[in-house]
Amino acid sequence: MNWETVIGLEVHVQLATKSKIFSGASTQFGAAPNTQASAVDLAMPGTLPVFNGEALRMAVKFGLAIGAEIGMRSAFDRKNYFYPDLPKGYQISQMDYPIVGRGHVDIGLADGSVKTIGVTRAHLEEDAGKSLHEDFHGSTGIDLNRAGTPLLEIVSEPDIRSAEQAVAYLKYIHSLIRYLEISDGDMSQGSMRCDVNISLRPAGQSEFGTRTEIKNVNSFRFVEKAIYVETERQRDILEDGGSIVQETRLYDADKNETRPMRSKEVANDYRYFPEPDLLPIVIDQKYIDSVQHDMPELPKQKVARFVEQYQLSDYDARLLASDRDTAEYFEQVSSASDDAKASANWVMGELAAQLNRDELSIVESRVSAEQLAVLIQRINDQTVSGKIAKTVFDALWQEDSKAAVRVDQIIDEQGLKQVSDSGAIEAMVDDVIANNPQQVENYRNSAEDKRKKMLGFFVGQVMKASQGKANPAQVNQLLNDKL
Amino acid sequence: MSVDRSDIEKVAALSRLAIDNETAGQVAQKVNDILEMIDQMQAVDTDTVEPMTNPLDATQRLRADEVTELDQREAFQAIAPSTEAGLFLVPKVIE
Repeated sequence: MNWETVIGLEVHVQLATKSKIFSGASTQFGAAPNTQASAVDLAMPGTLPVFNGEALRMAVKFGLAIGAEIGMRSAFDRKNYFYPDLPKGYQISQMDYPIVGRGHVDIGLADGSVKTIGVTRAHLEEDAGKSLHEDFHGSTGIDLNRAGTPLLEIVSEPDIRSAEQAVAYLKYIHSLIRYLEISDGDMSQGSMRCDVNISLRPAGQSEFGTRTEIKNVNSFRFVEKAIYVETERQRDILEDGGSIVQETRLYDADKNETRPMRSKEVANDYRYFPEPDLLPIVIDQKYIDSVQHDMPELPKQKVARFVEQYQLSDYDARLLASDRDTAEYFEQVSSASDDAKASANWVMGELAAQLNRDELSIVESRVSAEQLAVLIQRINDQTVSGKIAKTVFDALWQEDSKAAVRVDQIIDEQGLKQVSDSGAIEAMVDDVIANNPQQVENYRNSAEDKRKKMLGFFVGQVMKASQGKANPAQVNQLLNDKL
Repeated sequence: MSVDRSDIEKVAALSRLAIDNETAGQVAQKVNDILEMIDQMQAVDTDTVEPMTNPLDATQRLRADEVTELDQREAFQAIAPSTEAGLFLVPKVIE
């Protein structure tokens, strides 16, 4: 039978506030255990939460970026469950009146098509602490530094139909939160985490099948793999005539399989009720206008501008705009070199390859935007050939100086300047012709259409003699004349 | 709507409350009395009334995003039953 996969994603994003959502403790990652856990975070008796206005502003910013309805009146609720890393015995969350209502995002797929994914809602809540189960001789260690870190939970509609679409959606959300500067999006530090809801139904059927939820998948690659193996598992069961149990599962990356969470870890009756310690949040149009005013250029707008302003292809524009830092680097190179096309090619080609090889992000690039711009100018004014430019680029990468002046210095020091002195080139051409009489005779006896191919041999010899520095256009011209 | 003893036992378990058989039966009876009263209140037409999320006629004030709480781990852990390497220790939660 033909099965259709139906996927909905819940993405938890840690908001990049300095302090926690309900206390004045720091949210900085990596501090010694429990040094950033205040009396509120520890649920000491008599403490009360005080809501961080910046968390609200960031949530509204996200809502506006996905064209969502903003909750002019939203409220917090208690989600009750017992776990040692949640000292209050409940998580403050939003159930009935979330800050961000229905919106949508458009994702670009590999075949060039665009698909709209609905966002059901996004709500504010607090993160829990961390449990460490190793090395405490029969006990569990609790670190509450993370407790109270603001989270935005973004819930998608079940509009996603494949692992590819799921990853494209996640990458878009990731790019968006970084553009908006509401989160660093660092998945390795848990700044963005994902739950995957997944079910199968016979193609053409309108009602959904029974779904499972895979909790806490923490990289794009694992989301893709988890969807593949879970789809396969469900299909095998359904094709054997079995039925899917609605349950929460975990993805085990080492074994590449999903397995049910132990029932003890699952509290499925959260007994939500309104949080009496916090008043309703009411915002007005003036507030929304002020957030709108601070909105940066969004990825979609940037792509359109790149196509228009720099005459880039849609594909290139999307690639460059997908990451805010990459887009900024490209624009710096482009405006300083005055050659957008070459800038795009270098950023997506040589630079991307080097960054990849050394596992660096673009802000850590060992070649600065100023240096790359000068290098492109030197190609364009024919100081160096495109091939030699790669040698210069490698040298810049090695020395990691970032100073623009080093480009011309390296060209001078290593004698890489393109030879455009026609006298010098002519001497080399004469040498090559004199030293290869047999090839010269073959060339002269050949038909016009075959000569073009044969000319390559002579060009190669001259370039070799000049150590790659002769101006190729001049070499071609001189050889043509003399042969 | 009404509840029986098994509902009470379930909620008690979720709330980590110890409750014996006899008490569970008494609590079920009391909860049913309350639910009956709620059933009566359901008869009131509330279509034009905004749901109330808080009894106070006020809205949430916002705090500036500043770090105001400094490290007091030593003081907090002085009253904890068990700590090690800066962590609070609790009975193992995963067997």
